[in-house]
Amino acid sequence: MSAIILKNLDISYGHTKVVEGVNIEVAEGESFALVGESGSGKSTILKAIAGLAPDWSGEISVLGQPRGRNVDQGFATRCQMVFQDPYGSLHPRKSVDTVLSEPLKIHGLGNRDARVIEMLAAVGLDQRFRFRYPHQLSGGQRQRVAIARALMLEPKVMLLDEPTSALDVSVQAEILNLLKKLRREQGLTYLMVTHNLPVVSFMCDRMAVMNKGRIVEIAPATALHDGSFTDPYTQSLYAASGGNPDRKD
Amino acid sequence: MSDMPLLELENLRVSFPTPQGRVEVVKGLSFTLGRERLGIVGESGSGKSMTGRAILRLVRKPGRQQADRMIFDGIDLQGLSERKMRDLRGARISMIMQDPKFSLNPVMTIGAQIAEALKTHENLARSEVKSRVLEMLHSVRINDPERVVNLYPHEVSGGMGQRIMIAMMLIPRPDLLIADEPTSALDVSVQAQVLDLIDELVRDKGMGLILISHDLNLVARYCDRILVMHAGEVVESCAAEDLHKATHPYTQGLLAAVPRMEETREELPVLDRSAWSGT
Amino acid sequence: MTTMTNWLLDDSPSSRLQASLGHSYRVTRMLMRNPLAVVGALILLVLILAAIFAPWIAPHSPLGQNLGQRLLPPSAAHWMGTDELGRDIFSRVIYGARITLLIVALVAVISAPLGLLIGAVSGYFGGWTDKIIMGVTDVFLSMPKLILALAFVAALGPGIENAIIAIAITSWPAYARIARAETLTFRNSEFISAMRLLGASHTRIITGHVLPLCTSSMIVRVTLDMAGIILTAAGLGFLGLGAQPPLPEWGAMISRGRAFILDQWWVATMPGFAIIIVSLGFCFLGDGLRDVLDPKQGGKS
Repeated sequence: MSAIILKNLDISYGHTKVVEGVNIEVAEGESFALVGESGSGKSTILKAIAGLAPDWSGEISVLGQPRGRNVDQGFATRCQMVFQDPYGSLHPRKSVDTVLSEPLKIHGLGNRDARVIEMLAAVGLDQRFRFRYPHQLSGGQRQRVAIARALMLEPKVMLLDEPTSALDVSVQAEILNLLKKLRREQGLTYLMVTHNLPVVSFMCDRMAVMNKGRIVEIAPATALHDGSFTDPYTQSLYAASGGNPDRKD
Repeated sequence: MSDMPLLELENLRVSFPTPQGRVEVVKGLSFTLGRERLGIVGESGSGKSMTGRAILRLVRKPGRQQADRMIFDGIDLQGLSERKMRDLRGARISMIMQDPKFSLNPVMTIGAQIAEALKTHENLARSEVKSRVLEMLHSVRINDPERVVNLYPHEVSGGMGQRIMIAMMLIPRPDLLIADEPTSALDVSVQAQVLDLIDELVRDKGMGLILISHDLNLVARYCDRILVMHAGEVVESCAAEDLHKATHPYTQGLLAAVPRMEETREELPVLDRSAWSGT
Repeated sequence: MTTMTNWLLDDSPSSRLQASLGHSYRVTRMLMRNPLAVVGALILLVLILAAIFAPWIAPHSPLGQNLGQRLLPPSAAHWMGTDELGRDIFSRVIYGARITLLIVALVAVISAPLGLLIGAVSGYFGGWTDKIIMGVTDVFLSMPKLILALAFVAALGPGIENAIIAIAITSWPAYARIARAETLTFRNSEFISAMRLLGASHTRIITGHVLPLCTSSMIVRVTLDMAGIILTAAGLGFLGLGAQPPLPEWGAMISRGRAFILDQWWVATMPGFAIIIVSLGFCFLGDGLRDVLDPKQGGKS
């Protein structure tokens, strides 16, 4: 069974189509990247899968279940999302503890204290952070909390929207390692949006390159090692990201 | 002109008050800059941006800056009055900020803004101003300057906006350009264009450049010399081509933590911060 | 004492209680650094104490008439003098604190939550809901407060309860506007999206996540508005549409004293002072609260 299937997906904002005719199939346990520059529609696809961009047509299904137009509770336990901005994705007036217990409360799950403690350990946060507020945390710590929140309901599919682009490189390395470890341990499927090709090379198995709302190429991440891309846009993106060894003077 | 350094900085300190007393964000920074390209690299909170602002004496209150020496082309920057300093800013030292959206005036046309930058520093006839503006836009590789001068900032893309900022900063022909993360708001393909452009203009005009960035590889590609900053101090200073031979554990850690295009490592090495600092 | 402070300021609190106490302690401490806010808080404290302990503080009955001692100037026996019916003005001002506090508290309890909820719903859903709700709000806002209150009181009949209802009805639209504006700034933010993704219902998001973010600016606004509410209530009292005689309402007292303003100035002036001081107290406190609570003033990150 495929984790995520997108068929002929069109997404529009008002009258402008931002995504056109996208077909992707992500296998269970795979880590798949959507790569492109700003305005290419890559984040919009994630939003549509998550139910935050209602104006789409085509077919979206997650773990075999077709997606409806609205957010529903069953979907929440299968698929979660980590956002780009660790500063905007946490409620400024809620402590880490409240943020992590909230999903359990919504779904009426018990044993909250134990689960929160366990999850903090899983994302590598010390227990002393449990009652802190977001403004007392660094960017990397906040992103760990956001990942922990997404994992509280034990989803199998994670949507990652540039999870490290707002972080320093040393912190980025920590978060990428964490995401990789969690995928290994919990058998997660990742659909990750990024503009950073080296991150794809580290994190993902396959990638789809997007340009102006369309997928121009789907390639294995190992293509980044030798630059064996067929599409000219992908090649130029690869070169601009410092991919071609000749370019480094 | 060649043997006198463009900028001499000795023991620069910038501090901000907190409830626990003043905290220094730049702790005794010294360097000399000729007409060359210097890169300052560091992570957030390393004090790299504050260094850039301090050179222009733009550290906002309640922040405080002081230095033993801050000499630009023979002028003592610390001794200048605020008015003299204002004349110097833009005319002789320019700064490019991170995001063009916040640096351009939204209700003024691009042509008018660039002309304004020129007119505040030089007295020129109107026709000459116009030709200089068009020439400048052309040199930042804007294809149809006649059309672009009449546009408003929201009508141009991020990359074009940043090129316009560069045009605005370079039109008074400064001697020193400080670029603070000039491309981090831009897409990778545009990034290269903008940096190539800055690089070319700096070389052609024999200006000094201070490129401030968090991206080690980018700085290594576009600069001659690199200072690596951490927690307000320079931990490493080396020629750009020797960056991979860096000796300080922090620099080594930073270099190793960047994912590579040909990534085969199962796990990225993580900085052990306790190794060289108390935090 | 130091261990207590350290416990409160601990960066890594070990329980929910410690975290929330620590948070309140920090807010209080920041507020205490602002001298005007402290003055405001003291004035309000005095007002509250006066209202609670009025029977013990007041030397005379607020209603007891003594026609033999009409219109006496301030003296040791009558600190603020007596009015035209020989009642001790000081005692009446002290008892008046009760009425003022009642009006202020009831208006705040009725109109602030109402405005908060309406504004949050309007801003959160947007679209037609927003247009309709804000249309109604604008109708209320377009009319001067006092005149609208007058119209309501005229329709409902004079009396202190009706005055309170009228003031509450006229003051919620301003709060709704603020709550809506505040909600709009973060309705599309990622933490709200994250809650929706977790399966939270709209009701849960509004009450649990949107409202708490609006409350601090609301508290500030309500505190600042208190002065206006007191003045409106006094205005209604002055016009004879608020508290009815013999209730010692400050506005009504001024109205009665107006007849003697030239020869017996204290009759109207003393309750006037009370109004001004209490209004100032609310303003000072509101200003201080804004510095501490308003997230846009920042300084926290």
